[in-house]
Amino acid sequence: MEKSNTYNDVVVRQFCIMTVVWGIVGMLVGVIIAAQLLWPALNFDIPWLTYSRLRPLHTNAVIFAFGGSALIGASYYVVQRTCHVRLYMDRLASFTFWGWQLVIVLAAITLPLGYTQGKEYAELVWPIDILLTIVWVAYAVVYFGTLFTRRVSHIYVANWFFAAFIITIAILHIVNSLAIPVTLGLSYPIYAGVVDAMVQWWYGHNAVGFFLTAGFLGMMYYFVPKQAGRPVFSYRLSVVHFWSLIAIYMWAGPHHLHYTTLPDWAQSLGMVFSLILLAPSWGGMINGMMTLSGAWHKLRTDPILKFLIVSLSFYGMSTFEGPMMSIKTVNALSHYTDWTIGHVHSGALGWVAMVSIGTMYALIPKVFGREAMYSIKWIDLHFWIATIGVVLYIAAMWIAGVMQGLMWRAVNSDGTLTYTFMESLEATYPYYAVRLLGGVLFFSGMLIMACNVYMTVRSGEKKAVQPVIEPA
Amino acid sequence: MDAGFMRGIFTIVMLVLFLAVCFWAWGSKRKKCFDEAARMPLESDFSSEKDVQSNG
Repeated sequence: MEKSNTYNDVVVRQFCIMTVVWGIVGMLVGVIIAAQLLWPALNFDIPWLTYSRLRPLHTNAVIFAFGGSALIGASYYVVQRTCHVRLYMDRLASFTFWGWQLVIVLAAITLPLGYTQGKEYAELVWPIDILLTIVWVAYAVVYFGTLFTRRVSHIYVANWFFAAFIITIAILHIVNSLAIPVTLGLSYPIYAGVVDAMVQWWYGHNAVGFFLTAGFLGMMYYFVPKQAGRPVFSYRLSVVHFWSLIAIYMWAGPHHLHYTTLPDWAQSLGMVFSLILLAPSWGGMINGMMTLSGAWHKLRTDPILKFLIVSLSFYGMSTFEGPMMSIKTVNALSHYTDWTIGHVHSGALGWVAMVSIGTMYALIPKVFGREAMYSIKWIDLHFWIATIGVVLYIAAMWIAGVMQGLMWRAVNSDGTLTYTFMESLEATYPYYAVRLLGGVLFFSGMLIMACNVYMTVRSGEKKAVQPVIEPA
Repeated sequence: MDAGFMRGIFTIVMLVLFLAVCFWAWGSKRKKCFDEAARMPLESDFSSEKDVQSNG
């Protein structure tokens, strides 16, 4: 069989394996820093192990290493299947894999050493930023090259989401990383003061909107119908909520800067757009869930579907919570407390990680030529451990956050503060313990997954190489 | 023309665009194409045929 008549699944396999590996690494670092908050002595007075250096390592590892590998791998798989064509330029695709891994390894070295730009989720120093730009442009060439050589006229909705994700992340990364280099490890942003803050949170919130939402919705729009064996519930809704989502997300960033020196009108604008965002977000959730109509019974027996559908539930929950927290009066209570951490993890563990895990369980047997994963029971076990872990985590952080907010704002009749900051910290300790337990549970689920993936790849009959399917 | 006026215009343009996308999506011409598109994940590899049948 000629090479051009087959799919390039080599690069998909590579990204799938690294998704599991980086998931374990990133979540382990998360567990370590959660333990450090409970027992600060756990940094052993070693600078590389301090919370301030490990925290950006954790966020970069789970978002870009784990989430990024899952997204790039899934997008390569989906674009080939829905365009009925082999991936564009094999070597460039291979470069995106090795380049992406190199960026991650460099991040894992520089962040603990203390090299940082100091911008949240954009900590990497400028030489790594440039490398990342090159890799991302290569990814765009491979992806859009495949899209342009497609053999069907219609571009499937999942590809619209992946395309929006790729283009927007390129723009966000470049604009937010513009800086004047001084030495290899030091640079100064070209923006100053509140403009710098606004650019940072325009970047930060759209990283949520386009990396952690649009990209994973692309994944959802292929793997939920696939796993349910049902067509998309409403294709019209998918079109409308796609354009609404990408138009509205752009303006929501200022809600990260409520009650700062950012002009008041910009804060209100950010709040209003955040509230409107509920509609297109729930459009996606409803469309995904309703795709199961007529196949609800499959939820009883298929743990992969459980992962996918529960991830949509968490997506719906966190996209309700987010707009609510963007309301200025609510934000006055929630901001700078652990409520924010709870919200982020309801999205990151509940939505992003669970949809990725479900997708990987569906994808790995296919690209490795197996009938199914080695053990369906282990997937079910993973599902329950992960779900209990997320619930413990976010419930603990919600309670801790609201408590902190109330303690910080409490004043005596003479106007003095009722509680010292230390008192609020002491009151938080039990919740830090519950959060750590939730994190450990979620992390152990990943270890079960790793075993399952290992056994799947090692054992079983290998199916023949799959030819590119002729368009209908 | 002050900034407030421009913002008003911008809001109207976005609203019209949104309605246009809705009308376009719900247009009867698109129905057949969209129904086919909604099945694209199911038709894109071998194992899916079996899945669809077993689903009844």
